[in-house]
Amino acid sequence: MMHGRKSGGQRLMGKLWQVNWTLVLLIGLLASIGFAMLYSAANGNLSPWASRQMAIFAVGLVVMLAIGLVDIRFWLRHAYWPYGLTLAMLAGVEILGKSKGGARRWLDLEIFQLQPSEFVKFTLVLALARYFHRLNFDDIGRPQFLLVPLFLIALPVVLVQRQPDLGTALFMLLGGAAIFFIAGVRLWKFAVVALAIMVAVPVVWPMLKDYQQERVLTFLSPERDPGDKGYQILQSKIALGSGGTFGRGFMKGTQSHLNFLPERQTDFIFTMLAEEFGLFGGLGLLGLYAMLLAYGIAIAMRSTSQFGRLLAMGVTIMVFLYVFINIAMVMGMLPVVGLPLPLISRGGTAMLAVLGGFGLVISVYVHRDARIGRHGEDG
Amino acid sequence: MKAEKLRAKVFSRRAAIVAGGQAALFAGLGARLYYLQVVQADRYRTLADENRINLRLLAPPRGAITDRFGELLATNVQNYRVVIIREQTGDMAATLARLAKLLAPDSFDAARIRHDAKRRRAFVPITVRENLTWDEVSRLEVNAPNLPGVGIDVGLSRHYPRGAQMAHVLGYVAAVSEADLTDDPVLQLPGFRIGKRGIERRFDARLRGKAGNSQVEVNAFGRVIREIRRQDGQPGARLALTLDAGLQAFTTKRLVRERSAAAVIMNVHNGDVLTMVSSPGFDPNEFSAGISRESWRRLMRNPYSPLSNKVLQGQYPPGSTFKIAVALAALEAGITVGHRVFCRGFIELGDRKFHCWKKGGHGKMNIQSAIRESCDVYFYDIALKIGVDRIAEMSRRLGLGEKYDSDLDGQKAGLIPTRAWKRAVIGSRWQKGETAVAAIGQGYVLSTPLQLAVMTARAVNGGIAVVPRLALRAGAAQPDFPSLGISAAALRIVADAMDQVVNHYLGTARKSRIEDPAMAIGGKTGTSQVRRITMAERAADLHNNKKKRWRDRDHALFVGFAPVTAPQYAVAVVVEHGGGGSKTAAPIASAMLAEAQRRDSARAAETIAAVSSS
Repeated sequence: MMHGRKSGGQRLMGKLWQVNWTLVLLIGLLASIGFAMLYSAANGNLSPWASRQMAIFAVGLVVMLAIGLVDIRFWLRHAYWPYGLTLAMLAGVEILGKSKGGARRWLDLEIFQLQPSEFVKFTLVLALARYFHRLNFDDIGRPQFLLVPLFLIALPVVLVQRQPDLGTALFMLLGGAAIFFIAGVRLWKFAVVALAIMVAVPVVWPMLKDYQQERVLTFLSPERDPGDKGYQILQSKIALGSGGTFGRGFMKGTQSHLNFLPERQTDFIFTMLAEEFGLFGGLGLLGLYAMLLAYGIAIAMRSTSQFGRLLAMGVTIMVFLYVFINIAMVMGMLPVVGLPLPLISRGGTAMLAVLGGFGLVISVYVHRDARIGRHGEDG
Repeated sequence: MKAEKLRAKVFSRRAAIVAGGQAALFAGLGARLYYLQVVQADRYRTLADENRINLRLLAPPRGAITDRFGELLATNVQNYRVVIIREQTGDMAATLARLAKLLAPDSFDAARIRHDAKRRRAFVPITVRENLTWDEVSRLEVNAPNLPGVGIDVGLSRHYPRGAQMAHVLGYVAAVSEADLTDDPVLQLPGFRIGKRGIERRFDARLRGKAGNSQVEVNAFGRVIREIRRQDGQPGARLALTLDAGLQAFTTKRLVRERSAAAVIMNVHNGDVLTMVSSPGFDPNEFSAGISRESWRRLMRNPYSPLSNKVLQGQYPPGSTFKIAVALAALEAGITVGHRVFCRGFIELGDRKFHCWKKGGHGKMNIQSAIRESCDVYFYDIALKIGVDRIAEMSRRLGLGEKYDSDLDGQKAGLIPTRAWKRAVIGSRWQKGETAVAAIGQGYVLSTPLQLAVMTARAVNGGIAVVPRLALRAGAAQPDFPSLGISAAALRIVADAMDQVVNHYLGTARKSRIEDPAMAIGGKTGTSQVRRITMAERAADLHNNKKKRWRDRDHALFVGFAPVTAPQYAVAVVVEHGGGGSKTAAPIASAMLAEAQRRDSARAAETIAAVSSS
């Protein structure tokens, strides 16, 4: 790269022009809804949540744009590095991690705390996209070529599962499987795996230790948990349902503000939104997410490289899983797994990870017509 | 390049499938949202209100109790207590240490407070100490800036201004026990007090009132955010008693000179109980504040049983006071004033000797002289003639051996034996000797001081079945008691004889007479044996009361009425193990009747003065 400063500056301006600003606007809109909800959750105060969330979002926005402006070929060539780094952090949690609420998920970095499992979801996408991009399409049909990506998925899944965080482990398995699917892995192979799991469950189950069995059962039926997840879900449904069609009004949600609703600033923020803004607010938020995801999918379809397609689609799938699992959970359709609502729930790591993921999507968009060889060389 | 195109094509197809799947799942979320927020909205709205709206009961103030002239006997006083709120106090230990300097340090239990504070929510006030004095309250107020999180709460607690004087009549209030719980929700309030004895128990429903309530919004931790609606309750009704507090005070003072005694005065016409004292008493105020273990143990161990109301619950052999009932039974059965019996100190029945209290005998006796001088031999004779069942029948008419359907709480029935009773309960045949023993109010016969007062009242009020009562009924609502059907002549004879007991120079209670003819009293003494006197003791003259242990001494009894000319009041006095009735009980009864009549005339004079001056 032999560009002078001036021409580099011109190129940067040109690239910024290329960024899909509608997507950025959507992201900003969702984050702003998040700020409003955090302001309400603190009973009309910016501290402790909203102001911090705004600062993190500002940082994340810059990071997102920076990632987006980096040449997609750079990301292709170095796709395994972020993966390796985040995996190392995950392993670090195992060794030095801080536990919160019974599970070790946090890495204490003095100034702030990081939850590496949030990042892994997106670096995994990067690594898988890289791998499938390089793979000859005919080779996808050969099972031995699927061993490496399976391994890429299995490593973080096993580490996360040990924290224990069965929810995130399943999340990554689902996301990974979806990427396998869009990469073109034959359907019958999924059928075989599904069949194998069905056969394996009754065999493996008795081999699990008591505490492992307990962990799985708690995941499936939270009422067993002494931590009162059953109470949380009931309170969430009461708050949601009592919101009715038009809601109780901003900052007027009685259940949320009288503390009947647990974790209203994190996992159950959608409940508070739906209590205060009713069915219209809830459906409106779902609509915004749908638009965001549609943009992601459109960008993926429009990309000329397989890497770009898989990357954009993979990130979209991960974000979809976040949204779907979180909202289904607070409405009592899925077990309570402790997953934030992306861009809205309080939490710095998830915010940064999601924005980083969209940075990759923007990069795909900006470089949509770039021809990329199998090893990232200009094609 | 062909492969590349295929790859893109496969991707597009599958991405479309994924997108479709995502759309379907989002639709599912939307549907669920609609179900919860529209279809089920009402149900969740109700649940939400149940969550946040709490109904709190407001305890009604308990009704006051007064004597017949409106003097307060039971009231509610403001009870100041110090409370501490953990979340406002900061350093709990330091605040408690400062409190300990201001109050007596051992007056509260710091360890208990810290324990409570740990177990309750941070905003719940913990009671440090109750019943603060004014002095303590002002000391705390002055030092308030140094005592963060310390507050003074005001509650109502029951107060009995006359303390032990009224203890047995009024009873007391105490915390609600499991057995007391009814469907009245107010009973579940922490700190609520319920009547446990006496008037407080008997009229609890009236005194208690109705609880109010307050709807408050609470948060998930139970902290009250605001009051939504409030409905004030209905305070308990005021209750006036028939008692005369002044007379009660007089009687109490007179009785405390004895170790254990009971006395009662009632109106012979309408049954109003003017005074009812059981001695020793106890301080009912200790119960409203929550009695200490130590005080409770002391009360329970006291051999003179201060907790029981002996007027209603003490069952004593009535001794010679029972002769009133025997005499009336005999007169009804045909014995006349002309019937004479020669008393030589004893009679013999089979191989047993029945003694008269007077060793040398009374000589020739008729029914009036026998009552006047309390000749036992005369009564053996007439009792054997009429039989025990006739005596029992008259006793019942006079109100012995039964509990009255009245507002006196905790009465005991006493016992009036009959042949049938003995067959049924003891399982053997009635003996003639037992009739003789019953004739002088010994043996199986038991009665309470209240019953003896009722017997006396019925004997002198013209034979009306008066029933005693404690709740005052104003004006027109006077009860209409039925006649007992005893001949006026018989009643006249017995009343005259009772007059002679006090006012005849040979009467057994002559020393207790009242000289003023307008206030003169009549009555009957009684001395009832607690233990049978053995032949050896009699021979050695060891049954002299002065030489016996207190527990073995005779009970001293006196029943009486005043004034003799137009009876108003009936009295009964029992001094447990007090020796002779004429020596110990009669002077008390006489003083009580004198005081009752003196208070009446004093009041009458006051009224006249008030009327004439206005």
